[in-house]
Amino acid sequence: MSGPSKYIPQSGLEKWLDKRLPIIRFANDTLIDFPTPKNLNYWWTFGGILAIFLILQILTGIVLAMHYVAHVDFAFASVAHIMRDVNYGWLLRNMHMVGASFFFFAVYVHIFRGLYYGSYKEPREVLWGLGVIIFLLMVMTAFMGYVLPWGQMSFWAAKVITNLIGGIPFIGETIVTWLWGGFSVGQPTLNRFYSLHYLLPFVILGVVILHVWALHVPGNNNPTGVEVQDVEKETVPFHPYYTVKDGFAIVVFLMVYAWFVFYGPDLLGHPDNYIPANPQVTPAHIVPEWYFLPFYAILRAIDFDIFIIPAKFGGLAAMLGSILILLAVPWLDTSKIKSMRYRPWGRIAWFVFLANFILLGVCGFMPAEAPWTYVAKAATFVYFAYFLIVLPALGVIESPDMPPKSIADSIHPKADKSGAGNPVNVVVK
Amino acid sequence: MRKLLTLSLISAAIFGAMPALANTGTAKLMSAEGSYEGMFGRFDRAQLQRGFQIYKEVCASCHSMNELHFRNLGEKYGPFYSPEHANPNENPVVKAIAKGYVIADVDASGNDVERPGLPSDRFPAPFASDAQAKAANGGVAPPDLSVITKARMGGADYIYSLMMGYGHAVPHGVTVGAGKSYNPYFAGGVIGMAQQLTDDRVTYADTEANKGIKPTAAQESRDIAAFLQWASDPHQTERKAAGLGVMLFLFVFALFTWFSYQSIWRKVEH
Repeated sequence: MSGPSKYIPQSGLEKWLDKRLPIIRFANDTLIDFPTPKNLNYWWTFGGILAIFLILQILTGIVLAMHYVAHVDFAFASVAHIMRDVNYGWLLRNMHMVGASFFFFAVYVHIFRGLYYGSYKEPREVLWGLGVIIFLLMVMTAFMGYVLPWGQMSFWAAKVITNLIGGIPFIGETIVTWLWGGFSVGQPTLNRFYSLHYLLPFVILGVVILHVWALHVPGNNNPTGVEVQDVEKETVPFHPYYTVKDGFAIVVFLMVYAWFVFYGPDLLGHPDNYIPANPQVTPAHIVPEWYFLPFYAILRAIDFDIFIIPAKFGGLAAMLGSILILLAVPWLDTSKIKSMRYRPWGRIAWFVFLANFILLGVCGFMPAEAPWTYVAKAATFVYFAYFLIVLPALGVIESPDMPPKSIADSIHPKADKSGAGNPVNVVVK
Repeated sequence: MRKLLTLSLISAAIFGAMPALANTGTAKLMSAEGSYEGMFGRFDRAQLQRGFQIYKEVCASCHSMNELHFRNLGEKYGPFYSPEHANPNENPVVKAIAKGYVIADVDASGNDVERPGLPSDRFPAPFASDAQAKAANGGVAPPDLSVITKARMGGADYIYSLMMGYGHAVPHGVTVGAGKSYNPYFAGGVIGMAQQLTDDRVTYADTEANKGIKPTAAQESRDIAAFLQWASDPHQTERKAAGLGVMLFLFVFALFTWFSYQSIWRKVEH
């Protein structure tokens, strides 16, 4: 919601700087004055939570990198060294390791919130698209980060996932050799994963800046999905209203995070990754980190060849497609109504989609045998059907409830009885 | 609210189902009843010392502990920590333990020498190479024990159960090869290691803290489980203590932000 700036430079220095590089004006407009709808609920606090976790991951990561050794013979021992001998190394590593899990938990909440309230719809398509790119970068970063401790799961995850690329017809094998830097996952692979694991977070940071920029042009969506019409009546300045509300949510979220860091740092990981990597011994069950399980299930669900496409590549394409399809959501959803609050069928479909996503996670966790292989196939179908069939069709056949005429109306439903009859739009404080 | 309810229902169902489904067919673990379990759990120093004794006298003949240095034994919350010697390298007990080992080294002129151990030395490994370890142990190298309680589902309880898991009748369909044993707690049930901890396998030092503690197989198993739990994560006491402060701080901070939130938003209808 970029409008005329309300910033008035006070001191001489500010006035001087404002004519040359209006950076204080910029900070003031984006972090302080930025008009934010009054009616955001707690699901909107996850954006701020994600910003905090990106910073936490980068800071802890930079210090860990000072002690980590990216060598196949020393990587595992260097992690043990960090845990034992580096001052507060145990804290840094636990924060980084658990931080990845919480980062992903928060991003899933953030994405599902966007899907529920239609935050991807006009005029926020670019904002949404940048978010999908951030998620894709996060997936790559986390995957390569998991390889670095060079435990059994690290090694075999790297092996299994990179191997899939070999399924690309004709050129697959060549690409895999090029990616590995050799004929197997080894020293060159570890080194380049380390390099990229250090690089990508800063790329993420760059795209996050674009994401925030793209947010600040149209402004926040809100639970009603109705755009702000009266800035004075319907919005409050970001600071102090949302800094304090987001701040509260962040502290509560950090409490849960801290519990895991201090009392269960390994609960979210797999014990096998404390066994040093051994190319000659395959673990009984190769499973990725929990936050990849739904996509891992989609990958494994395609276990059949499609014409000339081998199953291996089909799985990889389905997995990548399951993320990239999010880019098309703004155009796949044909409904005029943004918020699922006013879409009785859309709402049910969203809940089914969420439950199905969790079911996919369970499938990814289970060994690839009946009945899970069938469940995974069905759940993969439901996943894609939500985007390719349900969202396009519902917009045409669903008769939505009437959303309130404005955010102000939703705050004072009694003042305008002709508005929505749907009781859900009564925003209970 | 409904969303929250649905979410919590679904996650409750998953978390409820997972342990049952994750069972890999091995027997349910017995509890080592460790004093170190839980948020407020702390190590029993005498138990750690007994556990180290068992490692030294029993386990170390086959298992390495490559990530541990003798100095670790004298670090805070470690088995031989003494407040007068905050620097573990000066701790006389640690020095004496290290001195009891012979360490292969190279002297200033490049000659291979053997010298008594120092607190800064790593625990020496029983075998010179992985190949030697395999050859001496029926083709499978005994795993390094540095992070063993982290590397096995169940941690210390797993160690305790495994030590106590010998002597069960071999079920039908399981073939136990020559030199192998049946142990229901081991993945697959057939383990290369024979039963090690039996009654009176070690003799505990006659100290005040050990009064009334008999070296039964169960006691020895509990003690080695405690020692390995400490060794896998020597900073866990520090971690749990710090966690308490952090949680308390965040709780108070949350209260303050909550009341600020309420007071700032008091006049805003939303």
